[in-house]
Amino acid sequence: MNNGHRTSRVILYVVLCSGVLLTVFPFIWMVLTSFKLDGEAVQVPPTILPQHPSLQAYQQVFDVIPFRSVLLNSVISTVLIVLGQVLFCTMAAYGFARIKFPGRQLIFILVLSVLMVPGQIFLIPQYLIVQKLHLLDTMGGLVLPSLFSAFGTFLLRQFFLSIPAEMEEAAILDGANRWQIFTRVMVPLVQPGIVTLVIFTAKYGWNNFMWPLIITTTPSKMTLGPALSTLSGVHVNNYPAQMAGAVLAVIPMLILFIVFQKQFIEGVAHAGVKG
Amino acid sequence: MKSALTRRPGSGYKLADAMWGYFFVAPVVIGLAVFYAFPFLQNIYFSFCEVDRFNRSSFIGLDNYREMFGSAELYQSTGNTFLYVLLTVPLGIFLAMIVAALLNSKARGQSAFRTLYYLPAITMPAAIAMVWKWIYNGNYGVLNEFLKLFGISGRNWLNESATAMIAVAVVGIWSMVGYNMVILLAGMQGISPSYYEAAQIDGAGALACFFHITIPMLSPSIFFVLITSLISGFQVFDTIYMMIGKTSLAYESTQSLVMLFYRNAFDYGYKGYASAVSIYIFVIILLFTLIQFVAQKKWVHYE
Repeated sequence: MNNGHRTSRVILYVVLCSGVLLTVFPFIWMVLTSFKLDGEAVQVPPTILPQHPSLQAYQQVFDVIPFRSVLLNSVISTVLIVLGQVLFCTMAAYGFARIKFPGRQLIFILVLSVLMVPGQIFLIPQYLIVQKLHLLDTMGGLVLPSLFSAFGTFLLRQFFLSIPAEMEEAAILDGANRWQIFTRVMVPLVQPGIVTLVIFTAKYGWNNFMWPLIITTTPSKMTLGPALSTLSGVHVNNYPAQMAGAVLAVIPMLILFIVFQKQFIEGVAHAGVKG
Repeated sequence: MKSALTRRPGSGYKLADAMWGYFFVAPVVIGLAVFYAFPFLQNIYFSFCEVDRFNRSSFIGLDNYREMFGSAELYQSTGNTFLYVLLTVPLGIFLAMIVAALLNSKARGQSAFRTLYYLPAITMPAAIAMVWKWIYNGNYGVLNEFLKLFGISGRNWLNESATAMIAVAVVGIWSMVGYNMVILLAGMQGISPSYYEAAQIDGAGALACFFHITIPMLSPSIFFVLITSLISGFQVFDTIYMMIGKTSLAYESTQSLVMLFYRNAFDYGYKGYASAVSIYIFVIILLFTLIQFVAQKKWVHYE
C-alpha cells in the first residue's frame, strides 16, 4: 500500500517535471543561443553551452535597431496605457456601479458589446483616425485607442459592486461630494481590482503586436514587437542576434512577473472564477 | 430630503448626482465611441466600398463580398484557421486539465510549478515565435538534432505545408496551457472537500471522483477557458506572422483569416476588401460563441 503510494508520487513528479521542462526549454535555448557566436550556433552537431560566451549578438541587435529608443517606446507606451486605463476605467466603473443616471443600463450594455467584437474590425478606421490626427508613427498614435477599455470597466465594476453601500453613505452624510468619495473612500477599497487591471494592461501593452506594427514605420518610433520583426528581416540567418533580441524583449516582463507573480496568477484565477 | 431643485419631478434620479454619473463615465464612453463604436460602423460601411490609396471610399455594393466568397484564398484561410483551432483548443484545455489535476493532488511545490507553467502566458508572442522558429529550423534546429538521437530524420517543419500548421499549433498549445491551467486550478480549489469526502465514504475511486465531481463542478471554469481559447484561436496572427515568412512554401497552408485581413488591409492596401474579411471573421466568432452559449445549458452546471 505504502509502496504503491510512493510509486504514484514519483510518477506524479516525473510527469510534472517533464511538463516544466517542455515549458521552459524554449527560454533556456533562447538564452544559450544568444551568448553564442553566429558560427557556433549553426555548428553540427550543436553545442549545448556556448563554447566562447560572447555578447556579440547583443551588440549586433543594437547595431540594427535603435534599441534604447525602442525599449523606451515600449516602456512609455505601456505606462501610458496602464495609467489611462486605470484612471478612465476606475472612474467609469464607479459611475456605472454606484451612481444612478438616466440611460445607465443601456450605455453599460453598449460598453460591454465592444467586448464581443474581435479587434480587427476596428483597425482600419482606427488607423484612418490616427492618420487624420497626424499621429502616425508617434507615441500618441501608439497609445490613443488603448487608453479606453471595456474590459477594464467591466472588471472594476465587479469590484465596486461588492463594496457595501454603508461605506459610501457615511461619507455622503459627512457632506463629501462624489469626487471626494471616489478618491478617498472607494478607490482604496477596490485596490485589488486596480492591481489586477494594471497587470492585465501592462501585459497587453507590452506584448501588443499588430497595432504598433501598423502604426510605426521609423525604427526609432517602434516598440519591441515590430522591432523584432525588423531584426529577423535583417539578420535572417544570424540566430544568436535574433535570440538576443528575443531575450531583451522577454526579460522586462519576466522581471515584472517574478516580482508580482502572486498578483499575476491570482488576477487571472479571479477573472476565471468570476468571469 | 433634497430640495425640489435637485430632484426632477417624477423621476427617480437626483439631478446633481446624475450629472456626476455622466462625468464619471464620460471619458470611457466618449473614448469607446470614437475609437470603437464609430470604427465598427465605419468598417461595416467600408466593406461595401472600394477604399483607394488616399482613403477615399466609393460605394460598390456587395462586390467585396462577392469577390471574397468567390476566392479560393478565403476558403483556404478559413480551413487553416479551423485546423488551428481544432489542433490547439481541445489539446490546450486537456493538457491544462491534467496539469491542474496533478497540482491539485497536494503536490509539494505547487506554487513553484504554477509559476513555471505560467511563464509562456506572460511572454511576448512575437518574441517567442522567433525562438520556436529557430528550434524548428530545418538545417540547424535543435528539434531535428534531438530527433537524430533516435534515428529520425527531421524535416523543414515550417517550410512544408504538411507540417507547418502543426508546428504553429504546437506553439499555440505551449502558450495556452499555463493560462488555462491557472484558471482550472483555481476552479478546482473552489470545490468544497465535503463532496469528495462523501464520495469516498460511498467507496468511489479517484477516477470516479474526477469524472463525477471535479468535471461537473468545474464546468463553469471549463466553459470560460473554452470560450476564451476559441475566441483567441480564431484570431491567431502574431505567431504565424513571425514564424512563416512570405517566401515559405507553407505560406498558403498557414495563412489564417486575420493574416488574410492584415495582408489585404496593410500590405496590399485593399481596405474595403479587408473590411469585408473582418466582418466575416466577426460573424464566425459570433456564431461559435452563440453555439457555445446555447450548448452550455446542456453541460455547464452552476451551483
